[in-house]
Amino acid sequence: MESTHIVQSFDRDLEKIKGLLLEMGGLVETQLADAITALVNRDSKLGKQVKKSDKPINLLEQEINEKAVRLLALRQPVAADLRIIVSIMKAAANLERIGDYAKNIAKRTSVVVKCPPVGSAANTLKRMNTMVINMINDVLDAFIADDIETADAVRLRDEEVDLVHNTLFRELLTYMMEDQRNISPSMHLLFIAKNIERCGDHAAQIAEQVHYMVAGSLPEDKRPKSDKTSTMTLEVDQN
Amino acid sequence: MTLQTFNPEISTEPVIEIKQPVITVKDVNVFYGDKQALKNISLDIPKNKVTSLIGPSGCGKTTFLKCINRMNDLIDICRVEGEILVGGQDIYDPAVDVVALRAHIGMVFQKPNPFPKSIFENVAYGMRIHNLTNSKSELGDRVESALRGAAIWEEVRDRLDQPGTSLSGGQQQRLCIARAIAVEPKIILMDEPASALDPIATAKIEELMDELRKNYAIVIVTHSMQQAARVSQFTAFFHMGELVEHGKTDKIFTSPGDERTQNYITGRIG
Repeated sequence: MESTHIVQSFDRDLEKIKGLLLEMGGLVETQLADAITALVNRDSKLGKQVKKSDKPINLLEQEINEKAVRLLALRQPVAADLRIIVSIMKAAANLERIGDYAKNIAKRTSVVVKCPPVGSAANTLKRMNTMVINMINDVLDAFIADDIETADAVRLRDEEVDLVHNTLFRELLTYMMEDQRNISPSMHLLFIAKNIERCGDHAAQIAEQVHYMVAGSLPEDKRPKSDKTSTMTLEVDQN
Repeated sequence: MTLQTFNPEISTEPVIEIKQPVITVKDVNVFYGDKQALKNISLDIPKNKVTSLIGPSGCGKTTFLKCINRMNDLIDICRVEGEILVGGQDIYDPAVDVVALRAHIGMVFQKPNPFPKSIFENVAYGMRIHNLTNSKSELGDRVESALRGAAIWEEVRDRLDQPGTSLSGGQQQRLCIARAIAVEPKIILMDEPASALDPIATAKIEELMDELRKNYAIVIVTHSMQQAARVSQFTAFFHMGELVEHGKTDKIFTSPGDERTQNYITGRIG
């Protein structure tokens, strides 16, 4: 919104809380990137650091919520102001969940690095992860710029993440069927893939929130979802 | 219609949105001398609902309110064009008896203005001049009923003979509401009825409005966005003599359609 409030301290409060959300988004992007870098480089030290670095994200969410509640109580915002504050709170909750997933990926990394690599799964995960990080980055830019077109585009990009997830799921099933020793690392890699896929969902939810914030209503069309892993099977050749 | 009556047929069926408006305003223009105060206002007021009129000072909302019961007649240089239909009858028809009209459309003002008479007489006065009662006991019953309707009976039942002006500001305002509903109006207009009251007295008036709307259509002018949001089901935003936006209150306060509404209710420079 271009025009400013007559009470300028309201604008300052809003800018501050938006700044905290961006800071949180930056930390979350770094966490996700580091979690996968630790996996690809088999760097358990970096993995441990990612586990520790989740706490500042949680604290930021707490601070955003406290400031948002304060704004609601003291300013009693309506219309676009109300939608901004509600959207910031929801976006912060989504970012916090993404942070949790990054931490979970890092935990599994400490196990995965002790096992032999499973095909090119780690690189596929990295590609999937980069897609999600770009989604988070773009949706936060859209958030700050009130850019509904970019937000809607990010929302649709989640489907691409789902498709990579499907492919990786199938690939890891075949590795497990080929050699039992692949089962343990593959199971962890599957959970990591699922975590990244969920991060994409959260980025898409933030995109929906940006749409609501700008337009006053959620997107009317259903978000395309292509995650088929919950129903996927592979036939075992008995011969 | 004769000069002695103003008794339009108003359906008692519950209203669904604004399909059966109590008041229909069509293309109303109001001028104070050469200055145009309202421009082409068209608006329907539903019954059993509270409609808030909001907007910056000088936007025409009080002028609009005063048009509804022809209070603007008292201003010599004021000229009203267009139609305001109440129950299908144009209230600016020269045949309309303005006194009967104002009994039909009660008004509560910003500052409580009880008559310098007893609490009882404040409420009984309107019924007397409109010949609404046949006996003293009936008058007493109806005064009690009006005071109960305005949620002040329990506070004044033991001191009905004391001056209305002896009450607190909030009580005086509820006495004025009792006075307005005593003559059995269909519509109650309120011009910032709680702006001079403390939060507790304000809450009582707002609770009363929610109760009163079961029997009346209420139109309220308020400068408090929060009050409009709390008490009304419909909101109309006026700006520089124009009706910018009219719709359901929850829609106006979560996602208004017009940028001017947005700028006003969020406290931005428009």
